Amino acid sequence: MNLNFSPSEEAFRDEVCRFLAAKLPARLSDKVSQGMRLTKADMQEWHTILHAQGWLANHWPVEFGGTGWNAIERFIFENECALAAAPRVVPFGVNMLGPVLIKYGNAAQKQHWLPRILDGRDWWCQGYSEPGAGSDLAAVKTSARLCQDAQGPHYIVNGQKTWTTLGQHANMIFCLVRSNPEAKKQEGISFLLIDMHTPGVEVRPIITLDQEHEVNEVFFTDVRVPAENLVGEENKGWTCAKYLLTYERTNIAGVGQSSAALQRLQQIAATQQRQGKPLAQDPIFAARLARVEIDLANMKTTNLRVIAAVAGGGAPGAESSMLKIRGTQIRQEITSLTRRAMGPFARPYIHEALDEGYTGTPTTPPAAASAAAQYFNNRKLSIFGGSNEVQRNIISKMMLGL
Amino acid sequence: MNFEPTEERRMLADSLNRFISERYGFAARQEIVRSPQGFSPAMWQQFAELGVMAALFHEVDGGFGGDGFDIANVFEALGRGLVVEPLLGSAVLAGDAIAAVGNAQQKEWLASLISGDSIAALAHEEPASHYELAHVQTRALRQAEGWLLNGSKALVLQGAQCQLFVVSARTSGAVADEDGISLFLLPADTPGLQLHSSSTVDGGCVASLQLENVQLGADALLGAEGAGHATLERAVGRGILALCAEAVGAMDIAKAATLDYLRTRKQFGVAIGSFQALQHRMADMALEIEQARSSVINAAAALDGERLTRERALSAAKFSIGRIATLVAEECIQLHGGIGMTWELPLSHYAKRLIMIDHQLGDEDHHLQRYMALSALVTA
Repeated sequence: MNLNFSPSEEAFRDEVCRFLAAKLPARLSDKVSQGMRLTKADMQEWHTILHAQGWLANHWPVEFGGTGWNAIERFIFENECALAAAPRVVPFGVNMLGPVLIKYGNAAQKQHWLPRILDGRDWWCQGYSEPGAGSDLAAVKTSARLCQDAQGPHYIVNGQKTWTTLGQHANMIFCLVRSNPEAKKQEGISFLLIDMHTPGVEVRPIITLDQEHEVNEVFFTDVRVPAENLVGEENKGWTCAKYLLTYERTNIAGVGQSSAALQRLQQIAATQQRQGKPLAQDPIFAARLARVEIDLANMKTTNLRVIAAVAGGGAPGAESSMLKIRGTQIRQEITSLTRRAMGPFARPYIHEALDEGYTGTPTTPPAAASAAAQYFNNRKLSIFGGSNEVQRNIISKMMLGL
Repeated sequence: MNFEPTEERRMLADSLNRFISERYGFAARQEIVRSPQGFSPAMWQQFAELGVMAALFHEVDGGFGGDGFDIANVFEALGRGLVVEPLLGSAVLAGDAIAAVGNAQQKEWLASLISGDSIAALAHEEPASHYELAHVQTRALRQAEGWLLNGSKALVLQGAQCQLFVVSARTSGAVADEDGISLFLLPADTPGLQLHSSSTVDGGCVASLQLENVQLGADALLGAEGAGHATLERAVGRGILALCAEAVGAMDIAKAATLDYLRTRKQFGVAIGSFQALQHRMADMALEIEQARSSVINAAAALDGERLTRERALSAAKFSIGRIATLVAEECIQLHGGIGMTWELPLSHYAKRLIMIDHQLGDEDHHLQRYMALSALVTA
């Protein structure tokens, strides 16, 4: 038993910290730590900085332009980035599609798409969920019919995707489509890459309860997709889908994000006054804070145990479901406490105040501006990526044998 | 980073687990619990021969372990078997106090604690102390030829079987002061010592001690006069780790028994484990047990570290275990339904032990408050 990182891992951590100190723009980390709204340009800026460093595709093998890092190095990197308040890398191209293409794509697809993910020429979004296919993802209905004309074989796609995160910025979408309506549920699905600029594709915003535009609906009306955009075999898309969903989920607990958020919460609790004393000295608030701090310290070790098992040759199975459930519960509790810490000042809300350069009169303490919005936004954590209830189904089936 | 036990620890755990499953099965354990002494001298000797006590002491004290992960390794196995023999009281609490601050002559006891020839206990808690480590009302007065002790001690683990007590008594200061607590070595046959033993709800016995004008020689003082609190904190810290690890072992068995029941018990024509309402409760319980295991790893890793880090990790672990072991005990009974209420089912005894672990060396609330107080010191 040894919980310490090895000297080489410590050296790696130092290298990551040096990089972040030198290359992470304070403008971006300030926005992240204050819960300000990130623009498309902000996200692209960080993407470009990481790419220039060669550290963008930390899930990919070196031969495709990845870092070739192991699970522990990835954990260290993600953790330090979160603690430094770096923006999260938009995951759909780099962390989701990339590994699928590397495993199931043909040579031409890898050669064409992977470099474009790295240099940011393509902004990918994810076309999985549909109005009738949420937790029951294999119920997707969006249809893809294989046709042939003078210009060659192609699919005609009709249907609707939803909850498409940052689809408003994307030029490409990877979709699960039903290519064989006769086959049983999982067996008639294909994995298709679709250019968002093709005629018949329409993106409509969904405004979430925090008044933000983060997710979208994407409609497909007779959209023509070249047959060469099929990844893997036709009707075998479920294999890709599952691989993508289970691929490398050792960071799913968000321990780094929680640690950073907890540090900010502790600063707030040390300065916010309640009945003439810092909130940190309020016994009930301090007890909730201590409980989540302890839970997070336990979670960090649970996470490292899973990573160590993976690094030793195991595969993260249902353990990642445990990480997901408790990791999201912890993050939600921290955002809940942050909202409570603001007391009555959690209510005033000026939408524009979360944009860079806002010059209006602040009506609340700086940390209060985003507290409620972040809390409401983070209700999504226990819903997306397989709801926590679906994760419990996975644990009971895969780990407990029920 | 490495979460695998060393080869030596794995071998000890294997032989201890094998011994417990072959010789310390539930029926044998219940017979031991029913016996007048509430423990088995024969088993005690077997544990000594297996090296269980030695694993809890450092090499310099005659053992071959003594680190946090040695304690966790041993007690996790003991928890799986609901072992009632006084390893915690003798080889951890009293033994560590002697090993930490005893002089050469006092340390001669260690060999017989490790061989199992003697049993010792820490006589520290008092009727009014309620988990507060610094609360000591028992008084020790310096006399021409040594010390005179008066007071009451409570909840001394397997006190009636002990040959030796490590007794805390106040030599100066007020009742709850950390300074002014002294430790004394007290052979069980010392005149003026009255002992009353009682059984417990979860197996094993505890004793209360009355000290009436107990005369001790000057050589009975263990460690420096008035400086016993640090020794107590250290020994109790190791005891906390032991209890936490014991709980993890007991929870693993309780979980396995409950899963087994969910797979075999049929109602409405199907195994009740097919019901999602029960599956989700099991999933949450399994998740919590892994969090509990992590808290024990954190505490074991911090055991030899700097004081605040160590004590925070210990309180974090005891808080986590208090919360989670209670949850697991209650959920396991509930998921078993009526049969979970019966004496004949081993599970109900695991549940009782899991609940009672929260009543030893500080419960969930005590350790949450302690963690908060220690955290305030860190930021101050």
